[in-house]
Amino acid sequence: MITLLTLIAIILGIIAIANLIKVYELSAALKEQEEVYTPVSDSESNFNARLMLPVLVALMVFCFYWYFAYKSDMLPEAASSHGAEIDTLFNFNMIVITIVFVVINVLLFYFAHKYHRNKNRKAVYYAHNNKLEMIWTIVPASFLAVVIIYGLAVWNNITKPTDRKKAVVMEIFAEQFKWTARYAGTDNVLGKSNYKLTADMNPLAIDATDKNAWDDKIVNGEFHIPVNKTVQMDFRAKDVIHSAYLPHFRVQMNCVPGMKTEFHFTPTITTAEMRKKTNNPDFDYLLLCNKICGTTHWNMQMKVIVDTEEDYNKWLAEQKTFKEKSMANLNTEVSNLAAN
Amino acid sequence: MSDIAQSVNLGDVHDHHAHDHAHEEPNFWSKYIFTTDHKMISKQFLVTAIFMGVVGMMLSVFFRLQLAWPGQGFSVLEFFLGKKWAPDGVLDANMYMSLVTIHGTIMVFFVLTGGLSGTFSNLLIPLQIGARDMASGFLNMLSYWFFAVSSLIMFSSLFIESGAASVGWTIYPPLSALPEAMPGAGLGMSLWLLSMVLFVVGSLLGSINYIVTILNLRTKGMSMTRLPLTIWAFLTTAIVGLLSFPVLFAGVLLLIMDRSFGTSFYLSDIFISGQAMEQTGGSPILFQHLFWFLGHPEVYIIILPVFGITSEVLSTMSRKPIFGYRAMIGSLLSIGFLSFLVWGHHMFVTGMNPFLGSVFVFTTLIIAIPSAVKSFNYLTTLWGGNITFSPAMLFAVGLISTFVTGGVTGIILADSALDINVHDTYFVVAHFHIVMGASAILGMFCGIYHWFPRMFGRMMNNKLGYAHFWLTFIAVYGVFFPMHFIGLGGVPRRYYSNEAFPLFDNLQHINITVSVFAIIGALAQGLFLFNFFYSMYRGKKSPQNPWNSNTLEWDAPVEHLHGNWPGELPTVHRWPYDYSKPGKDQDFVPQTVPLSPGETEH
Repeated sequence: MITLLTLIAIILGIIAIANLIKVYELSAALKEQEEVYTPVSDSESNFNARLMLPVLVALMVFCFYWYFAYKSDMLPEAASSHGAEIDTLFNFNMIVITIVFVVINVLLFYFAHKYHRNKNRKAVYYAHNNKLEMIWTIVPASFLAVVIIYGLAVWNNITKPTDRKKAVVMEIFAEQFKWTARYAGTDNVLGKSNYKLTADMNPLAIDATDKNAWDDKIVNGEFHIPVNKTVQMDFRAKDVIHSAYLPHFRVQMNCVPGMKTEFHFTPTITTAEMRKKTNNPDFDYLLLCNKICGTTHWNMQMKVIVDTEEDYNKWLAEQKTFKEKSMANLNTEVSNLAAN
Repeated sequence: MSDIAQSVNLGDVHDHHAHDHAHEEPNFWSKYIFTTDHKMISKQFLVTAIFMGVVGMMLSVFFRLQLAWPGQGFSVLEFFLGKKWAPDGVLDANMYMSLVTIHGTIMVFFVLTGGLSGTFSNLLIPLQIGARDMASGFLNMLSYWFFAVSSLIMFSSLFIESGAASVGWTIYPPLSALPEAMPGAGLGMSLWLLSMVLFVVGSLLGSINYIVTILNLRTKGMSMTRLPLTIWAFLTTAIVGLLSFPVLFAGVLLLIMDRSFGTSFYLSDIFISGQAMEQTGGSPILFQHLFWFLGHPEVYIIILPVFGITSEVLSTMSRKPIFGYRAMIGSLLSIGFLSFLVWGHHMFVTGMNPFLGSVFVFTTLIIAIPSAVKSFNYLTTLWGGNITFSPAMLFAVGLISTFVTGGVTGIILADSALDINVHDTYFVVAHFHIVMGASAILGMFCGIYHWFPRMFGRMMNNKLGYAHFWLTFIAVYGVFFPMHFIGLGGVPRRYYSNEAFPLFDNLQHINITVSVFAIIGALAQGLFLFNFFYSMYRGKKSPQNPWNSNTLEWDAPVEHLHGNWPGELPTVHRWPYDYSKPGKDQDFVPQTVPLSPGETEH
């Protein structure tokens, strides 16, 4: 009911304003009694021309306020080696585009203000100038050449395949609405999987006949990675497309059903160090889902801990292997059966 | 060729006249509903688009409330969405997904594709090239009716029990292919697909008609290089649409097959609701390739017509020829061409080959060149002008500003290395809303204010127009500029709430700022709606050529008549941009005025 009344009030308000304007217009028309009809009166046009410069200033103040005031609320410095490269590239591009943004907007509003109509002046008949047009084709093109070459150099660096033997090989498994991590174990090779094997006991559909799978370690809730070592992540999805997004490491890769995707990166700052840097004792790296995947897409996360290598090894040693877990499961099942 | 077509066309119209007089005056149905008159069809498109636009905008306000004040009850939500979708006024998570999906779909397809091209291509193509009507009035009517029915289906899908489609406007399978994946992937999704199929049919019928009309029905003297830039823009748009929409159509058909007939074009190795699905061998990425092969040209289908509109309005209201006419045509065509080579930049993180990614980085960034040329040419058109600020002119200036501000962040997104971290975050949302959403809406308003007198024979109220512009412009920047920073904070799009992540707590006040501006912007549209419908009936009567414009549409009588010109069609003697030409008494020379002795064409 209140909503209905509010709506009516808004509508009536608009009508009232419009009628006021109408009355004003009629009285103005009576006063002026213009001989030649002009659809836009001088005072109307002047009013808008005068607004141009104040609007330009307000616009610039507003935009730059966000540039500077919120620097601290953005993501902290990149916690991976390629992430630092991305940030440098980003800052470079940001400077270029900020210059373009400022120059064009300043010229636009300044011209709009300056060349406002004047009965004593005639506009310049200026239809084209090949030289000028060449200049503003070639100048942006050469700027873009720099942007493209620099950007592609970084991209090639990031996507260059890494030596899996030397890396920490692991798999991130996505499903509605949770993440699971699997480590490749002592042989550093992930065991095969087949989606038809999915079961309560085997949510990752791992093929137990593949010996490489026996020493794999599956963890839930949070996963650890060592600092300064390359982490090779393979991604798999169970049901729909998800996207593994690790914003602090500047890492993102889609997890696509029926397809294996991958990404590798080297963390450079441990969780403990980052907590100090951000002055936030509760800080944690996160893995979140960044591709719409269903109702609870907005809360699909996993904690990531970057440890020193010793801590990481210690933590990993505590985790059970796939074989150990399967045997334990089997034992409980057998004893359950026996009890029945 | 055009002469022959012209005479055929003339004869055709004379027959019609004779026919009309002999038999019947057009009744309500044949005049307003099943009309084949391009001017009326254009109004039908416009009114439908305004309706859909209001719906789309309201949906956005609903979810902005949730984003700024998560979990808080709003009686307005309960009023519009009911107890099921907003218990105690708190937006339901599934409804949130439906709102963002349908908001996106309505705005992209129904308002800015169907509505924008439908309105202005229909109104301006025959009038500005000097034709009696579209090449095929009947196809034109069909085009509108496909659009209307698809709009109706899309709108009605909001009211079904399981909720409208909620898988995002990009409808990526498997989510969109599996009704069990979420409630909004069921009947709502089916209706979405049905609506889209009809929409594409309507859009193709329209495009074919526009192309044929422009190529064949130009009046005497109207060579291609004397066409106003609006027509060049509509032509490019129609060609791009004709080549890309069938690909979406194919993609959607395959998706329907996967959903309903057990095929596996997009499905492979899926385990859902406790069952392993039979389908193997398909690829969800295939759909993305098909979708973005339309999806990227689509954003140019949206923005090119408003480039045309702006060029026309800037030149007319600055009393100056558009600067670099041929360069403007060149950049329209090259943007149209390049738009087909860049779709992969939506897919940098899908796991596609990094080398292929590099190619798309290159092609995408190249588009910045013709865009830069257009921007500089606009600026030079203003330079040295004698500018009158009609509401349309303000919107044109606003559009250039938002197009540049939104366009430059495209350089970041086109860089695959940078895209890794901002992909699918609010940075992207801010970018495309400001560069094509807001710019195209501003351009559409620009066109409506400018050609309203041509459509309805009346003027819109200037003061309301000014208030509408400034509030809208402020709201556009207020909503979309801060939104970039939410994205740089790492917030993914399509999150119902950020409360699950303490990491995003500091950004919440930006969300509040954004929502407040969104509400201001939405309310400001009330000024437009009032102005539009009020002026339609009660506005000041417009003179024949209110903006002292050169183009042919102002040469045709204001009274509506089928066939546009009562007598012979006008003959064109010059390009449309002879404003303030030296040696002339007036600051404009209509295209119908012959060159005076010794005068050279521009």
